[in-house]
Amino acid sequence: MKNTIICRCADITLEDINNLLSSGVTEIEEIKRFTRLGMGPCQGRTCMQLIQRIVANHNGVSIDQIKMHTSRPPVTGVKLNQISRGARNDNES
Amino acid sequence: MIMKANIVIVGGGVSGCAIAYNLAKKGVKDIIVLDKSYLTSGATGRCGAGVRQQWGTEMNCRIAKASIEFFEGANEELQYDGDIEFKQEGYLLVASTEKENKQFEKNVELQNKVGIDSRKITLEEAKEIVPYLNTEKLIGAAFCPTDGHLNPFLLTDAYFKAAKRLGVKFYMNQEVTDIEVIDGKVNKVITNDFEIETDVVVNAAGGYSKDVGEMVGVDIPVFSENHEILVTEPIEKTQGPMVMSFSLNIYCQQTPHGSFIMGRGDKEKTPGYNIESTWKFLDRMADTVVGLLPPIGNLRVVRQWGGLYNITPDKQPIYGKCEVEGFYLAVGFSGHGFMFAPMTGLLIAEQILGEENTIDISKLSIDRFKKGELYLEPSVV
Ligand SMILES: Cc1cc2nc3c(=O)[nH]c(=O)nc-3n(C[C@H](O)[C@H](O)[C@H](O)COP(=O)(O)OP(=O)(O)OC[C@H]3O[C@@H](n4cnc5c(N)ncnc54)[C@H](O)[C@@H]3O)c2cc1C
Repeated sequence: MKNTIICRCADITLEDINNLLSSGVTEIEEIKRFTRLGMGPCQGRTCMQLIQRIVANHNGVSIDQIKMHTSRPPVTGVKLNQISRGARNDNES
Repeated sequence: MIMKANIVIVGGGVSGCAIAYNLAKKGVKDIIVLDKSYLTSGATGRCGAGVRQQWGTEMNCRIAKASIEFFEGANEELQYDGDIEFKQEGYLLVASTEKENKQFEKNVELQNKVGIDSRKITLEEAKEIVPYLNTEKLIGAAFCPTDGHLNPFLLTDAYFKAAKRLGVKFYMNQEVTDIEVIDGKVNKVITNDFEIETDVVVNAAGGYSKDVGEMVGVDIPVFSENHEILVTEPIEKTQGPMVMSFSLNIYCQQTPHGSFIMGRGDKEKTPGYNIESTWKFLDRMADTVVGLLPPIGNLRVVRQWGGLYNITPDKQPIYGKCEVEGFYLAVGFSGHGFMFAPMTGLLIAEQILGEENTIDISKLSIDRFKKGELYLEPSVV
């Protein structure tokens, strides 16, 4: 379990998650806040499926009873310079 | 189910947890903390988590300084099994108007008087602290090296665990739906699953404090407003202090994890409970940060979110008693309740137990609005 990485962005192992679950944590949102799981560059696109299943198994419920984490904009990383008007104008001129 | 408690705290944010811990530490038994969602689900888990002592009134300087001293020893005091990640690399405040610059001068004088190690600095000195600071639009700056930043989830967790060890009971996913008042006194708290008989209720409901006030018929002069914030991908350590400007409307810091967190206010926002992320914020934020800290423009935004500021007419918290006996307020933090939390916890516990307050906060009682004695603080975002 020590070597099973669940979240590749934040290097979170199955053991880390099991420790949290056995300390009384029950929700994905909490796991996310404690460990940064799902908050890295991929924004949970690789780990969310896994974590849902782990939490469901631990709580003894089916996977569709587990609240998903909130996915937040932007959908993929975008540079501040690409958004900023000032920086855009500089590039154009 | 019917239960009994000495004290019921509504809200499992940093304020509610700090109050619970302080009461339990003073020996109070049978304390219950309720949250309608999970711990830190409110503003606490959404905040920038910057902590500063550079305030413009003596009371705020004292509250902030005592809170910083608490953070310095919090892992030990709370016997935390983790680390609250307190980083003290200062707040660099930059002024873009003469008025703001003059205010910094006055503030620093006051801060030094109460023992805060802040100083007024030149723009050249500011650039030594943050070399890529664009000083073009700036006039002056102030710096306090012991200001900083810490992890809001972990600080709340540390309070939560310490309070639990002292016997405090926490019930999550319990929404307080009503509070019964008999003969002007608090009598019972009603949630979706329980009824709790109690003589004391603390309103630490953050963005929802007005609704909880209405349950006992107290009209709290606060409203809630969405404040947005974003985070970038992490990079190697680049920026020591928080950089902040009231007039340019920006705060931006690098967390120990390496990501940059930044936010700004929006005067056009309407009061309410919506905490959506908007394109407008992303757009304005990008403009502001690229203008003041140009190389940050090369970083990718990975996430943006919003949270509720609970705002009072003078942008100062409301602390303590009100006209309903047994009903205490710790609300209206107006965007700086995280950095005050250690003192919120101590001061409210002292008030409930009828002890003399460590710092005089009588000017922050709800009566000030009726008397027209607003407590004006010049240095708020
Ligand atoms: C974007 C943003 C950035 C910020 N940056 C900073 C900063 O840098 N520094 C700083 O000091 N402050 C900052 N703040 C402000 C800070 O987050 C708040 O002042 C502080 O977290 C308030 O804590 P609290 O415990 O009082 O409220 P909250 O954390 O909001 O907790 C209130 C809790 O009450 C619960 N609740 C509400 N109604 C009920 C009910 N009826 N029944 C049961 N539970 C209920 C909620 O679910 C919530 O968990 C920021 C805020 C935002 C939104």
